Amino acid sequence: MILRTFGFSEFGFLVSALLWTVVLTIIALSGGGIVGFVIALARTSTHKWLRIVAATYIQIIQGIPVLMILFLSYYGLSLAGLQLPPLVAAGASMTIYASGYLAEIWRGCIQSVPKQQWEASESLAMTRVQQYRYVILPQALRISLPSTVGFAVQVVKNTSITSIIGFVELARAGQLINNATFQPFRVFLAVAALYFVVCYPLSQLSRWLERRLHARSHR
Amino acid sequence: MSYTFQFGVIAQYQNEILAGIWMTIKLSVASIILGCAAGIVLASVRSMKPGIGRILVDAYVEIIRNTPFLVQLFIVYFGLPGLGLRVSAVTAALIGMTINLAAYSTEIIRAGIESIHKSQIEAGEALGFTRLQIYRHVIIMPAIAKVYPALCSQFVLMMLASSVCSAISTKELAASAAFIESQSFRSFEVYIVVTLIYLALALALRGVLAMIGLWLFGRRVARRTAIALPEVQA
Repeated sequence: MILRTFGFSEFGFLVSALLWTVVLTIIALSGGGIVGFVIALARTSTHKWLRIVAATYIQIIQGIPVLMILFLSYYGLSLAGLQLPPLVAAGASMTIYASGYLAEIWRGCIQSVPKQQWEASESLAMTRVQQYRYVILPQALRISLPSTVGFAVQVVKNTSITSIIGFVELARAGQLINNATFQPFRVFLAVAALYFVVCYPLSQLSRWLERRLHARSHR
Repeated sequence: MSYTFQFGVIAQYQNEILAGIWMTIKLSVASIILGCAAGIVLASVRSMKPGIGRILVDAYVEIIRNTPFLVQLFIVYFGLPGLGLRVSAVTAALIGMTINLAAYSTEIIRAGIESIHKSQIEAGEALGFTRLQIYRHVIIMPAIAKVYPALCSQFVLMMLASSVCSAISTKELAASAAFIESQSFRSFEVYIVVTLIYLALALALRGVLAMIGLWLFGRRVARRTAIALPEVQA
């Protein structure tokens, strides 16, 4: 048996797998963003039961491992008779995962808009929708930027867990290359370095946004 | 849909499940103690004067926080033997979890230390505290009290993330689930049960941490911990 060595073409394979990590992250953030936004609105709603349902959803998602969400949607979807490609199962579970955390982050942002803003817009005879659209959400959005970008880093890293159900993204590609070359130290360091290249700029961006937000609010 | 759920089958495997729970608890508790201790030491180094120690701690924290836990486990379990250091799956899981949690704890505790006002330390000096006393009573304990809820959230996240250790064949709860599934083919039922166990473990851990907070820092901090949901660290 001839072992391959970890060279340029192997590294190229890792880089192309990184693309799938990015695709999955984008699916998770956009899907999780939409679902999470609705849940954040429900969580801050004036209806008691909506709030309870949303809070329970958040508690459950944040109380179970991502891996379990992954297995449940993987087997759940196939039980429902759907033969879906791994990308859909992985995308669906990362969406569920991201929605639970984004909802909680955004709830905090909506609630951190000062109460006077609600009162002022109400006294201008705005409807509830208008209040959200023109007064509350634009302010909440600005507050939410640093932690949302910070959470994006978590999503990028947690997409690696989808390799366990066989979705070929960066971590899985690393395992495949390792099986062919048997140079685990080199291969996984390269994999880690590629993750770092994606995550570190995002972390720094989050930190920069955070500093800028504080600088503004102190002015 | 003509699928009938059969949860009864899982009861036959309660020994596997109990063994898995026990391993998850052992790994989590050990990594929380070790990771938190390392975090205190590293955060203290980090808050000293600028120098090589500070650069090294910063680099460590950034590298760990910007790479996936799963890949860190792979490097420890598959990579270290290449350097002549062979470790068992359980040891590798413990090393990986400790390294990961230490980086997050360092970052959280550092934020706590930075929030201690300089006048507090001067007040300690004025009261004739020794440097060690100032460090312990004025800096570290109040710093940890301030960030205790965030720290606890990180501990819970680590316990949940330990499920990933099944990928390097550590026999914890998620591995028990995979084993039972391979024996009984009742995949959906198995994962529902195990997911509920993780949920219960997360709630229990949060409760225990709130009790420890009550014992260490008094009522105010403990109440914040019980209510706070896991915060997401960037």
